[in-house]
Amino acid sequence: MEGLYYSESHEYVRVEGEFGYVGITDYAQEQLGNVVYVDMPEEGDEVEAGSEFGAVESVKAASDLLSPVSGEVVEVNAALEDEPELINQDAFANWIIKVKLADTAELDALMDAAAYREATK
Amino acid sequence: MSEKRTCLYDRHVALGAKMVPFGGFEMPIQYTDITSEHQAVRGACGVFDVSHMGEVLVTGPEAERFVQYIFTNDISGAPVGKIFYGMMLHPHGGTIDDLLVYKMGEEKFFLVINAANIDKDYAWISQQAEAFDVTTENQSDYYGQLAVQGPEAEKVTEEVLGLACQELAFYTFKLIEVEGETLIVSRTGYTGEDGFEIYGSHAYIQAAWDKLIDSGRAKPCGLGCRDTLRFEVGLPLYGDELTDEISPIMAGLGMFVKLDKAEFIGKEAVAKQKAEGVAKKIIGIELEGRAIPRHGYEVVADDKVIGEVTTGYCSISTGKSVCMALVDAAYAKLDTPVQVRIHRKLQPGKVVKKRFYDKHYKQ
Repeated sequence: MEGLYYSESHEYVRVEGEFGYVGITDYAQEQLGNVVYVDMPEEGDEVEAGSEFGAVESVKAASDLLSPVSGEVVEVNAALEDEPELINQDAFANWIIKVKLADTAELDALMDAAAYREATK
Repeated sequence: MSEKRTCLYDRHVALGAKMVPFGGFEMPIQYTDITSEHQAVRGACGVFDVSHMGEVLVTGPEAERFVQYIFTNDISGAPVGKIFYGMMLHPHGGTIDDLLVYKMGEEKFFLVINAANIDKDYAWISQQAEAFDVTTENQSDYYGQLAVQGPEAEKVTEEVLGLACQELAFYTFKLIEVEGETLIVSRTGYTGEDGFEIYGSHAYIQAAWDKLIDSGRAKPCGLGCRDTLRFEVGLPLYGDELTDEISPIMAGLGMFVKLDKAEFIGKEAVAKQKAEGVAKKIIGIELEGRAIPRHGYEVVADDKVIGEVTTGYCSISTGKSVCMALVDAAYAKLDTPVQVRIHRKLQPGKVVKKRFYDKHYKQ
């Protein structure tokens, strides 16, 4: 999806003002299969670029979520607590955490849509 | 290490299965997704390639005495056609493998063992057999095997494969002659549903698989749902709930260990465990939340680690987060509050029965 930033570990960040919405890509949900649980941080937690902030779980396995950006978690997507399968239905609409971006320069280290498409070919 | 392939490998790949290494074989973990394959077996019929399982034939005048000596269950006085579940034990009581014994004749027994243990088991069986007037033969490379499982398994096996199996009782088998070979067909399985396991040549198994898939009446099912299905009904998996260190008594499978029969390897050790109790036990745990316990996660009570998860899932049939775990026996009582450490957080739960979903066998 155009306009988003992508990490090598298949998370995306959609930037709106000083906030970033972080989720997993459509490619990632496809690879994972049915998502049955999303482990999320608490509001107010600090996340760090490249570090684990939670996990998405399929029936068989848990995959760590790595934050593409640093900052404070200002909101978690509470809808995923009861309906983790929303990620399979639309991974880009169903972000996992909203982060107050600490350093927008971190975005430069991420891929754009074209580069991510190339990386997942 | 290069994995072996079963006779159905090409068919799995053609169906788009996700292949993973398991027990020394490249096996399909899923064709579509684990949940729908699981539900097909609970609700209708699924077919599994279980050709990776090992088979050992034991024959000779002392065959029964020999099997009794290496096997925990009591096969004495059984009619031909009967099947027994039990274990082979180390002298210290730990489990070498869990297996099925098919009584094919007064001097002929067919042992079905786990894929990952074929070499270990056959070496053990051969070594023990030296003291007996028996012949052992590892037939694992000859046999392919299908498991047809689910409430419609009987109809599908009869109508699609033309195998008359209706009269078979649970845990019995018969030999069926087809196209110049003899199949072994048993009413057994590893899903908690009614079903059949069919052993035959690679050519027969390939043709039977094609018939089942082409009929549309048996959904191809991978090892992913085989594990979720067996787990929900509390069946152990060797490597998780039974290991070289975990005895059947620790695993809560004492009913398959007959202490009133003659000498068998490991008897003294398990008799002592039964009499004096065990230090660790396999229990069931149900968590309050939705976080999923996985193999190896710590189980905590009274602020200390009391054991670890052996298998855990969000149960597909009940939607609950549940697991089996090996813990200090002091915490094994039903309703004991325990916690599982999941992603650094302690998730509260309690000890429950290991059967998270009721079996639906046809007796």
